[in-house]
Amino acid sequence: MSPSPKPSSNPALAYGTGVPPDLKHLHLEMLRIRVIERRIAERYREQEMRCPVHLSIGQEAVAVGVCAHLQPADKVMSAHRSHGHYLAKGGNVRAMIAELYGRADGCCGGRGGSMHLMDRDSGFWGAVPIVGSTLPIALGLALADKQCGGNARTVAFFGEGATEEGVFTETLNLACVLRVPLLFICENNGFSVYTPLAPRRSPDFRFSDYVRSHGCHYFSGDGNDVEAVCRVTGEALAAMHADPGRPCVVEFATWRYYEHCGPAQDDHLNYRNQAEIEHWSMRDPLAISRARLIAAQPGLEAELDLAEQRQRQDIDAVIEAVRAGVRPSPETLPRGVFAP
Amino acid sequence: MNGSAETRELSFAEAIRDATAVCLQRDPRVFVIGLGVPDPKGIFGTTTGLASEFGADRVLDAPLSENALTGLVIGAALGGRRPILTHQRVDFALLSLEQIVNQAAKWFYMFDGRGGTVPIVIRMIIGRGWGQGPQHAQSLSSWFAHIPGLKVVAPASPADAKGMFIASVEDENPVIFLEHRWLHGMRGPVPTGYHRTPLGKCRVARTGGDVTVVASAHSVIEAMRAADFAAAHAHIEFDVVDVRCLNPLDFETIADSVRKTRRLVVVDDDSRHCGFAGEVVARVCEAGLPLMAPPVRVTWPDCPSPSSAALAEVFYPSDRDVFVAVGKLVGRGLEHATHFPKRPGPVDVPNLEFPGPF
Ligand SMILES: Cc1ncc(C[n+]2csc(CCOP(=O)(O)OP(=O)(O)O)c2C)c(N)n1
Repeated sequence: MSPSPKPSSNPALAYGTGVPPDLKHLHLEMLRIRVIERRIAERYREQEMRCPVHLSIGQEAVAVGVCAHLQPADKVMSAHRSHGHYLAKGGNVRAMIAELYGRADGCCGGRGGSMHLMDRDSGFWGAVPIVGSTLPIALGLALADKQCGGNARTVAFFGEGATEEGVFTETLNLACVLRVPLLFICENNGFSVYTPLAPRRSPDFRFSDYVRSHGCHYFSGDGNDVEAVCRVTGEALAAMHADPGRPCVVEFATWRYYEHCGPAQDDHLNYRNQAEIEHWSMRDPLAISRARLIAAQPGLEAELDLAEQRQRQDIDAVIEAVRAGVRPSPETLPRGVFAP
Repeated sequence: MNGSAETRELSFAEAIRDATAVCLQRDPRVFVIGLGVPDPKGIFGTTTGLASEFGADRVLDAPLSENALTGLVIGAALGGRRPILTHQRVDFALLSLEQIVNQAAKWFYMFDGRGGTVPIVIRMIIGRGWGQGPQHAQSLSSWFAHIPGLKVVAPASPADAKGMFIASVEDENPVIFLEHRWLHGMRGPVPTGYHRTPLGKCRVARTGGDVTVVASAHSVIEAMRAADFAAAHAHIEFDVVDVRCLNPLDFETIADSVRKTRRLVVVDDDSRHCGFAGEVVARVCEAGLPLMAPPVRVTWPDCPSPSSAALAEVFYPSDRDVFVAVGKLVGRGLEHATHFPKRPGPVDVPNLEFPGPF
């Protein structure tokens, strides 16, 4: 039972190559993330994954569509809802699952859990659960790259809630005055836990104006259509390329299908209105891409189903391998308070 | 101390400037950032001229965004740089506690080393006098020392300011570098060129057998004045242990001194409750070191630091207060307290040259 193989780097979409997105690849990548997170949700009830989990089910298109533009040397940071970003960037699946299970071979040695993911080898430079906190850190990574004359891209994923933190504005402004080309990817799913936008923003608030007034590019798009995400991200990267040093915010409208934190759906709590729930249920990013693929190539259905089956076997094999693994030993508790 | 043996006389502020220049010179990864770093006042003379010497790419002014700047230097450090961030007051750095405590302090630990190290130096200045008041004169050194993963450095001499600054920049961990504003003008011999003083070692500033006085930063100055007076007038000899680094703490040097003197006074320029002085006393007690009398803390009272000189005078423990605390503990010499010399000039400045207002 081999752990699931690392996804092949990324669809050939590196900026400037002009190669159009390979929808099948994007779809399969979204499917892989969906299958993994569904399995996490199902097995969460066994109470062996003893850490809070924030699933990105419903938001896979943003992670996949953005990361499709990135190479392993490009850097991504994220926040509490980061499984999708980690996986789409090529993060090691086994190390992530082991982290959720608190095992020694977790990506943080069992010290972080789901809310702290790290896989620098694949260019995932960290996620932490303090809302907004990785924004300036990502800016620092991008600054370091600029100071070294590098040309890696740095991307910070965050929810719209993070834009309410002072550190978002501080970071946006710093990026503009220091002329550091950070790509800010805002996933606007309309909710901060159970709180909708209304009590959080004046009806007069215009995020695009706010961002642009700092001197930053602003783009927006449909976060549930992976091709749209790809296209808009490409436009954003092209704008950044044409105007070196100017950062960019891209806002994608999206929706989470599960509860804010945990393995279940919670629409029975009625904090989201029925019309919106129905609207977004018709816009499942995987259903959209699958329908498009099958419309173009009717015989594909069986192949996609088979792929999903294989992905499910893969993640089950990973989970069983992880469960058989060792927990961090007590002597390691104080290790690394200070770096040597 | 590794480095040169040759010295020249510098102020504490000049020593920090000198150390910063050495770091910028030796290591292209080093850069300095903070509000006012390249301005005409140059952070009390600690950064004067660095921008023209090393360029605006390495000596950067910045907006008032303490929290994001801290994240920025964390990220830059993760990306292989060696940033130095300055705050003109400790009090201003409070806006960045999230990044300092949640991120910088824990990054290496919480990712089990795989997230990389965070080699940053965060300079914070502890204000005092000239009416600094409740929000420009906090110490909070105990707060920072309470957080696992932060090194907390508080030198007392120009030579240590330089040597420990260089060691801080070279350290792989986040270092909170505390500078007491009244030390900036103090002068002393400072080794020229590269000079590194390891972090986590106390300095025995004076040797004597009657009492151990533990102090750091500006408290060392008060303790040394008390020690001079006590030796000259009351025949009481102090061991003065200059802590220099609150975390990691070199407890062994303190313990060795207490074993010898069997009396302990801790002078700490900070609030008393849950403070560093209490930590030193607790460690001595837990270690079961034999004491001839209960240990004594000389600290600020547990109230905010007031602006008016009339209140500040009673708020800050003085060299004379240290002498009196020792006299009581040793049980002699108190009759000399009445002629303990007063510092010349107004009570709210360290010396007549201190210009104010900051
Ligand atoms: C500074 C901070 N405040 C509050 C929280 C608790 N919290 C965790 S996630 C979250 C909602 C954040 O919403 P958003 O950024 O839009 O991301 P989403 O959960 O919708 O993906 C909150 C309030 C936190 N983790 N950090």
